[in-house]
Amino acid sequence: MIEMNADPQPLKHTVSEAPFDPYSVEVVSPEQEKLYLASQWRMMWLRFKKHRLAVFSAFVLAAMYISILFVEFLSPYNLHSRNVDSIFAPPQRVHLFDKGEFIGPFVYAYNYSLDMETLKRVYTPNLEKPQPIRFFCRGDTYKFWGLIEGQTHLFCPPNGGTLFLLGSDRLGRDMFSRIMYGARISLTIGLIGVTVSFVLGMLFGGLAGYYGGWVDDLVQRAIEVLRSIPHLPLWLALAAILPVNWSPLLVYFGITIILGLIDWTGLARAVRSRLLSLREEDFCVAAELMGASPARIIFRHLMPSFMSHLIASATLAIPGMILGETALSFLGLGIRAPIVSWGVLLNEAQNIQVVALYPWLMLPIVPVIIVVLAFNFMGDGLRDAADPYK
Amino acid sequence: MLRYLVQRLFVMIPTLLVISFLVFAIIQAPPGDYLESMVAEMQSRGENVNQEKLDFLRKTYGLDQPFYLQYLHWMFGDWDGLQHVNGGLIFGDPGYSFEHNLPVADVVGDTLALTVVISIASVLFVWVISFPIAVYSATHQYGFFDYVFTFLGYIGLATPSFLIALVLLYFANIWFGTSIGGLLDPQYIDQPWGWAKLGSLLEHMWVPVLVIGLPGTAGMIRRLRANLLDELNKQYVVTGRAKGLPPFRLLVKYPLRISLNPFIADIGSLLPELISGSVVVSVVMSLPITGPILLEALRAQDMYLAGSFLMFMAVLTVIGIFLSDLALAMLDPRIRFGAGSGR
Repeated sequence: MIEMNADPQPLKHTVSEAPFDPYSVEVVSPEQEKLYLASQWRMMWLRFKKHRLAVFSAFVLAAMYISILFVEFLSPYNLHSRNVDSIFAPPQRVHLFDKGEFIGPFVYAYNYSLDMETLKRVYTPNLEKPQPIRFFCRGDTYKFWGLIEGQTHLFCPPNGGTLFLLGSDRLGRDMFSRIMYGARISLTIGLIGVTVSFVLGMLFGGLAGYYGGWVDDLVQRAIEVLRSIPHLPLWLALAAILPVNWSPLLVYFGITIILGLIDWTGLARAVRSRLLSLREEDFCVAAELMGASPARIIFRHLMPSFMSHLIASATLAIPGMILGETALSFLGLGIRAPIVSWGVLLNEAQNIQVVALYPWLMLPIVPVIIVVLAFNFMGDGLRDAADPYK
Repeated sequence: MLRYLVQRLFVMIPTLLVISFLVFAIIQAPPGDYLESMVAEMQSRGENVNQEKLDFLRKTYGLDQPFYLQYLHWMFGDWDGLQHVNGGLIFGDPGYSFEHNLPVADVVGDTLALTVVISIASVLFVWVISFPIAVYSATHQYGFFDYVFTFLGYIGLATPSFLIALVLLYFANIWFGTSIGGLLDPQYIDQPWGWAKLGSLLEHMWVPVLVIGLPGTAGMIRRLRANLLDELNKQYVVTGRAKGLPPFRLLVKYPLRISLNPFIADIGSLLPELISGSVVVSVVMSLPITGPILLEALRAQDMYLAGSFLMFMAVLTVIGIFLSDLALAMLDPRIRFGAGSGR
């Protein structure tokens, strides 16, 4: 027999004394749990929030869209109020200090003279006459949304003076106010146009993707035909159809519908390809096997999966429409005065003299660029967020 | 390859026919016709309208006929039984311009050729500019110049081209003394073509080409950069680098070649974009290309002229797409053999 060692030293064992929970791996921290349990829309929101530029752009756009609700209040002048004494006046600078003394925001009045050699109007600020800007004051009368009469503005020109933050045009109308009023048209045109193209895109893309076969072929060919005609000439031709005796408001709706009519092809393609690929996904087959009706599959299972993508692509389609409207109105075939959009304002900046003599007439381009950029950035952010499980 | 070519050609013909019908329908949609607006204008000037002449004109141009007959007449011309008599767009006769009182072909004249020249020059410009920038941006992702180019690209996308055109014209005039508007110095207009005239054309052409090409360039840089980045992050690139392939060869040999596909395929979306841009830009710069005449024709309901222009633009686009598809098929065997399209 083998004899055991005389003094049996117990082996040093390395098992921890601490209580052991075999499920510790599967326990999740509260934050993780929140993430795991989050709905799809919540995850998208979390993803979107990370995209700083997109969030910032969303804020800019929100501010702009809110401001168009109160245009009458926010702009110092009326849309059509003319100042015959100050035609083509350059932008006035807002100052705070006069001769080292703080007197609040004010502008210097303009001295006007005509250069007899070039026949150019010359405006020089009169440093002797500081004119404080008034706030929450009575100015031009307006009809708020065409309904309620009012006179109160956020800020108005000084008593007996002028306030052209962005200069004035050939009739002495304030550019700043006109740009504010123009925003109302230019910003909504993209939204309405995109709604039109969204509906059309969903309809045709959905039909093509759901039925397949000859319906799909037909829609595909139609899309190809529409895509191979350059958009702008087509828009021009369609805009030329609008009867001349239509009221400006009707023309506005006509233009939005024209913009949407041509633009749906991209969205329809997106819907179709998403539908085709999603139809084959496991969760869709599973739902079908469990006896879900087609309507339930489409609305409960498919729709949420591609809705986010659609919203993202729709956002990316808006800037194209805003630019399209600007180009149409610039060429004089879009919206007509007295309704004012940024494109209509730019129509006045059509020739080279403007660049040379009155460059501030080109300022309506600045909000166009800002809005288009903001929509692009926000759309990029939305597109990244649309697929939060990646 | 031949099968693919024939197949594409057969798709192209019905596409063009449908487009022509669509274009004609749009042009004809406004109530009234050119003669009516002409009569209204003459009456407002206090001139007498000769009813007999009107009837004669209306009959000659078939304006009293129903819509589909007018379309057939415009598209296919007059037929005597199976014998083609005259006219018809497919036989190269685009009809008659009421406004200019001339055959459309005479009104259009040089402008079509110049439009083609400008379009091709713009496509080349887009390629030449966007290619090196995109490759640089992709290989130096998040570098300083990448950000600069991305920023410039966004600005290029967001700024309406007519504004860039105006500003550039102004500075071209101040800095280089280029005459404003048009494609030629005034003294060369109506002169026979020669080297000096060609030089003047080239001197004036860079501004419109730059302006027309700019938005397309921005989009192209974005797409090529994204494609190249996708390729660069793939395993085989890492393997190649680990095995000691020189960086330049590694870039050019595989990833660049693969990411070039969309470069050519994209001409399908690039061309309509360029032509759209050229319409606005040419109005601003009063270039003798299609834009201004088209606009005028649309305003005056000069239907054959406007229709021919729209049709011409569509044909140019469709042919461009066709050529790009061919080039793509030559580059990519997957498309050639019909195993799903590359787009």
